[in-house]
Amino acid sequence: MAAIEQLTQDFLRTKKLPHIWCPGCGNGIVTAAMVRAFKRAGFEQRDIVIVSGIGCSSRAAGYLNFNTLHTTHGRALSFATGLKMARPELHVFVIMGDGDCSAIGGNHFIHTARRNIDLNAVIVNNHIYGMTGGQHSPLTPSGKKATTAPLGTLERSFDLLELARGAGATFGARGTAAQPRQLEQLMVRGAKHKGFSVIEALSPCPISYGRRNKLGGPVEMLLDIKNKSVPVERASEMSSEELEGKNVTGLIYAYDAPEFSEEYYRMIEQFKDK
Amino acid sequence: MPEKKPVLMQGNEACAEGAISAGVRFYAGYPITPSTEVAEHMARRLPELGGVFIQMEDEIAGMAAIIGASIGGKRAITATSGPGFSLKQENIGYAIMAEIPCVIVNVQRMGPSTGVPTAPSQGDVMQARWGTHGDHPIIAFSPASVYETYYLTIAAVNLSQKLRQPVIMLLDEVIGHMREKVLIPDTGKLMVEKSSDNVPADWKPYDEKGLTPLVPFGFGHYYHVTGLFHDQYGFPSGDPEVVKRALDRLHDKLEKYRDEIVLTNYVGHKEPRVAFVTYGCSVRSARAVVKKAYWQNRWPVGLLSLQTVWPFPGREVEALARQADVIIVPELNRGQLVREVERYSRGQAEVVPVNRYDGEMITPDQLMEVLGRWLP
Ligand code: SF4
Repeated sequence: MAAIEQLTQDFLRTKKLPHIWCPGCGNGIVTAAMVRAFKRAGFEQRDIVIVSGIGCSSRAAGYLNFNTLHTTHGRALSFATGLKMARPELHVFVIMGDGDCSAIGGNHFIHTARRNIDLNAVIVNNHIYGMTGGQHSPLTPSGKKATTAPLGTLERSFDLLELARGAGATFGARGTAAQPRQLEQLMVRGAKHKGFSVIEALSPCPISYGRRNKLGGPVEMLLDIKNKSVPVERASEMSSEELEGKNVTGLIYAYDAPEFSEEYYRMIEQFKDK
Repeated sequence: MPEKKPVLMQGNEACAEGAISAGVRFYAGYPITPSTEVAEHMARRLPELGGVFIQMEDEIAGMAAIIGASIGGKRAITATSGPGFSLKQENIGYAIMAEIPCVIVNVQRMGPSTGVPTAPSQGDVMQARWGTHGDHPIIAFSPASVYETYYLTIAAVNLSQKLRQPVIMLLDEVIGHMREKVLIPDTGKLMVEKSSDNVPADWKPYDEKGLTPLVPFGFGHYYHVTGLFHDQYGFPSGDPEVVKRALDRLHDKLEKYRDEIVLTNYVGHKEPRVAFVTYGCSVRSARAVVKKAYWQNRWPVGLLSLQTVWPFPGREVEALARQADVIIVPELNRGQLVREVERYSRGQAEVVPVNRYDGEMITPDQLMEVLGRWLP
């Protein structure tokens, strides 16, 4: 059996396919990159846990053949924190959408970053609430239309990776569904990083976002994402005007800092044999 | 029986110690009056025992974290009070649906809203029943003393494990902050066997055949957990038949083990003319009255105290209503559980509510006065 087929057999719940996603959705590409990253990171299947929130991308948990936990809207990181603290040996990956993570889950996101607990967050950023039909999220670019912003949203979107960095995350990377190999590599690095790692995956939602904003079909959207992405190495030589409307991709930051679960268990060592 | 030693303890501490005795090794929560001592006690004790204490960023996260820990195989508890209890409701519903064992302590304070944070109340009885959305089953205990708090918390943890059902400990400010003597077993093995041992090969996480233990994550059983309606393997389903069966199963589970869940205690005259039915701190005032009226004066008076408020002890109340002419229901609210008492009395006894909601306890004198309408 070819390696890829073996991977599909082992890591996907093939009986649960086909998935619920619309044709042309980027969620499948991101999920596939994750599966390949698990393999390359070399973790045992039984040690991998997938936690997800609520939204289109969070449904990925149901298709992945691991211990999977599909939680409540915005709270995936808090469920994951409890699990990781109870079982620090597990590799915990948390799939969230942009609304899930940055709006309703914003508080948990910054505090998970602050603790620097060894969770791997994968945020599928399609700039919209897809499952509920296209409402604007904190990551919808200003001016873009949504069912709840028919004239274009007036709100400013924020940079999720900078938010995480400010809050204390020790690993931040951005990839895209248009460049799945790079995304996979970033996921491997994030998985191996000790501490809270944040990977933002830009992904097309042709149905709830693309159509309303006249961004074309899946192919046009993927091309657009690709064209707007600037590798971090090149971005450092560009002016802020040149970077306007672009997305910097690659490993944005990574540094070492004490990891929460390890520190906790080290702290309570003193009570052993007492 | 293991040897017991008497300890002077606060209700909130007894709750924490009871949880520890029952094997709880994980606490996540957020500070709130008047429950904070539970967290503070756990913050000192759990590290000594190799357990985890974590103060989360908010109430919602505290609830989510104990569910996560429970899925990881740790016995887990959180404590809160009114406003925090409101915030926890969504994830309580999740734990019910996903059948994740956990215990939620709500030390009731005077509401609504911020209310009087330091005043006692029994205003969350209906919230404990219906606080989370959907037609769900729930278990809630309401202790009337520090001693009962300790033992009911142990029962709550063990039942929650056995039934894979969240259990609410409905304390109130009086019980939470009172100090009383508790007999703590010295070498108590008070926890039931670990539920994940001896997993059969054909284990299904949501077996329709009956109770099935939760196998923690990380042991090679790649099942799915979700708050969506799901089949026996945990996978989402919107099939009307699956949905109905799943919801019935959640309720049937509690019905089947009712005798282990529904705990009540009757004291007083064998054939009472007037009986009190109450729970939590209000039991204490009613007991003082029964002491005087029955033990001293031999009046036909009794007291049915409800350690379990949910599922409601309907059969016990119905039996009492057949015997007594009058049932008095003291509560620190405008009348919540009294409606259940009326429902199960089925018109066989006159049901009289006694309510107080000014942040003070119902006094024995107040109850004596009510009793005086019928006796001596
Ligand atoms: S609505 Fe958008 S994000 Fe959701 S499945 Fe369809 S294309 Fe994907």
